[in-house]
Amino acid sequence: MQFFLEVLISGLLSGVMYALVALGFVLIYKASGVFNFAQGAMVYLAALSVAGCMEKGAPLWLAIILAFVIMTLFGIATEKFVLRKLVNQPPITLFMATIGLAFFIEGLAPIVFGSEPRALDLGIVDEPIAVILDAWDMVISKFDLVAAGVAALLVTALALFFQYTRTGRALRAVADDHQAALSIGIPLQHIWAIVWGIAGFAALVAGLMWGARNGVQFALTFTALKALPVLIIGGFTSVPGAIAGGLIIGASEKLAEIYLPPVMESMFGGNFGGIEGWFPYVLALFFLLVRPEGLFGEKHIDRV
Amino acid sequence: MFKHRMSALTAAVSIALLSQAALAAEEQFFPVLSYRIGPYGANGQSFFGGFVDYLSYVNLKENGINGVKITWEECETEYNNAKGIECYERMKDKAAISTGPIHPMSTGISYALIDKTVADKIPMAMVGYGRTDAVDGSVFPYAFPLVTTYQMQASAIIRFLKEKEKGHLEGKKIVFLYHDSAYGKEPIVALQEEAKLNKFELTVIPVAHPGNEQGAQWLKIRQENPDYVVFWGWGVMNQTAIKAAQKIGFSRDKIVGSWWAGSEEDTVPAGDAAKGYMSATWNVAGKDVPLIADIEKVVYGAGQGNLGNTSKIGTILYNRGVSAAVLSIEAIRKAQEKYGKGKAMTGEQVRWGMENLDISDARLKEIGATNLLPEIKTSCDNHEGSGKIKIQQWDGTQWVVVSGWIEGNKGLIHPLFKASAEQYAKEKGMTPRDCAKEM
Repeated sequence: MQFFLEVLISGLLSGVMYALVALGFVLIYKASGVFNFAQGAMVYLAALSVAGCMEKGAPLWLAIILAFVIMTLFGIATEKFVLRKLVNQPPITLFMATIGLAFFIEGLAPIVFGSEPRALDLGIVDEPIAVILDAWDMVISKFDLVAAGVAALLVTALALFFQYTRTGRALRAVADDHQAALSIGIPLQHIWAIVWGIAGFAALVAGLMWGARNGVQFALTFTALKALPVLIIGGFTSVPGAIAGGLIIGASEKLAEIYLPPVMESMFGGNFGGIEGWFPYVLALFFLLVRPEGLFGEKHIDRV
Repeated sequence: MFKHRMSALTAAVSIALLSQAALAAEEQFFPVLSYRIGPYGANGQSFFGGFVDYLSYVNLKENGINGVKITWEECETEYNNAKGIECYERMKDKAAISTGPIHPMSTGISYALIDKTVADKIPMAMVGYGRTDAVDGSVFPYAFPLVTTYQMQASAIIRFLKEKEKGHLEGKKIVFLYHDSAYGKEPIVALQEEAKLNKFELTVIPVAHPGNEQGAQWLKIRQENPDYVVFWGWGVMNQTAIKAAQKIGFSRDKIVGSWWAGSEEDTVPAGDAAKGYMSATWNVAGKDVPLIADIEKVVYGAGQGNLGNTSKIGTILYNRGVSAAVLSIEAIRKAQEKYGKGKAMTGEQVRWGMENLDISDARLKEIGATNLLPEIKTSCDNHEGSGKIKIQQWDGTQWVVVSGWIEGNKGLIHPLFKASAEQYAKEKGMTPRDCAKEM
């Protein structure tokens, strides 16, 4: 039971890390109806910007500010040079544009900051909390707890922003219908620039956490791989949904990785480990069958 | 008049073609299937930087191989099998005239090219990676898993751990944590045989690609509480494992990685967590190897260095690239001894050179590469030529060699790959060469 709890808690905390990446997807999807394929690349760009600035001699706090400026400028440039010309185009066109954007970032970022994998020290050691280890013989990482706190703060701030601010409401209006939003005077270009800037900030937070955990390197682009099942489960349009989806994916994949292989091996023989790679997608597929809009997503009803 | 003009034109074209052929004959071409971008780009930059720098070095220092200038063309594979094949197909016509061995630096690409290289008569070096059973040259004439294979490497790691445990592993627990791919699975059979022989308990735990999340695996390791973890990772999986070990409080000096998990690119991003971590290697790091220092002086002094970031000179992967190039050039030298000094060698001739390599410590000293890599002696039935590794340990800032050359258990491992090669030949309907006749 104790081991089960340890795996469960570890999975939930890993899920928070997935949710941090998924949040960036949700923000852009909410405001533009676009699945941003470049979000993983943005996480990489943000982390690389921090590491690059620190390498040039900037202290951590300044490097984070500079990286935020870079991500904001990047968001504005994306709106100006990529999205502005695609207003009212079908979502698939915008999606294709983000694929191009991902390749562009993956090529540009290492040219500017170098491609060597680097350590990112946020001053939080990824070690078990001694008190919990001594009292219950359970491994709970200090770093993962801090990441969970950061995610909670970010979600609260974003939820309040979308619900209670004028800009937040404008963002939701734009997501519902570009043309209708334009017709009532919502400046679409500004809104898109703002949302890409905020998504850049979410990417920066995710990049800092993932970069400190595994090092700043190209593989940060892979963090987006787990965001897709998180979004399918949580819903593409819900900020709390991203967190819930992340927790479900994190916990279920860890429990599956520990408890499923022995069952499968006894049934079929052979070695069935390493299922974390596909298990979240199977779970997401199941959700697609029973609840296509996700747990917290908006149910889409067309009147004909 | 018209006839005369045509004859003159034909003669001129023939002379031009002949002189071009003569020029081509004086150049030894190397198709370089490299990767400098993508997920493993940082590793590829160091390795291929070292590889190309040594080719430049031979041109600058010795005016080529016995006067034959080396030329090369790079094609970016991004460590992707499909792109690797595309690069190979693009360059194979050029390689038909003269070629050095290709080094895909990818087990996946090397698997995909094994049959093609035989058909095109282009030798392929897989230094420290690729199919273990390709050691058997009677079945795999054009494939050379030089220096060490995954299985011999795993066996040598077990021998190192046995020495640490004063000659006994009986009753010990070893976890094998591996990348769930052909690369990661290759040593399992060798470890299972070692477990039977040395009576230790072996638990195998796979990690799904890319390996940037290993929480469950390390909790399982914590539950198993092994004496050692033998680790077969690559790329982001390496740093993640080191950090995850720290997270569960598993001592890093009880982890021994494969050579794919033992470069600065693996330990630096893990920060302090990597201190004490060990890995296998078949080449040493540092600029104190005379050859590496001379490359920096000669090649970078002439402004022809391949690396923009010169801090990579002397790193594990840079020195490994140099070592791989040394093996290639020595094979061409050997081929020239048989087929004519000062001539460009064809793939078939270079293959012979690779199969008859005899790089002694004296020869390594001559080229300034003492201790850079082990002695190599290949033959028709042994395309590996060494089977030796060293163990190195990360001290927080650099790799420190903590063992001498350790050879895997040949008596245990060689019958395994022999059986596998025989099975391969049977599946393909091949008749293996008779190595006895080629002595």
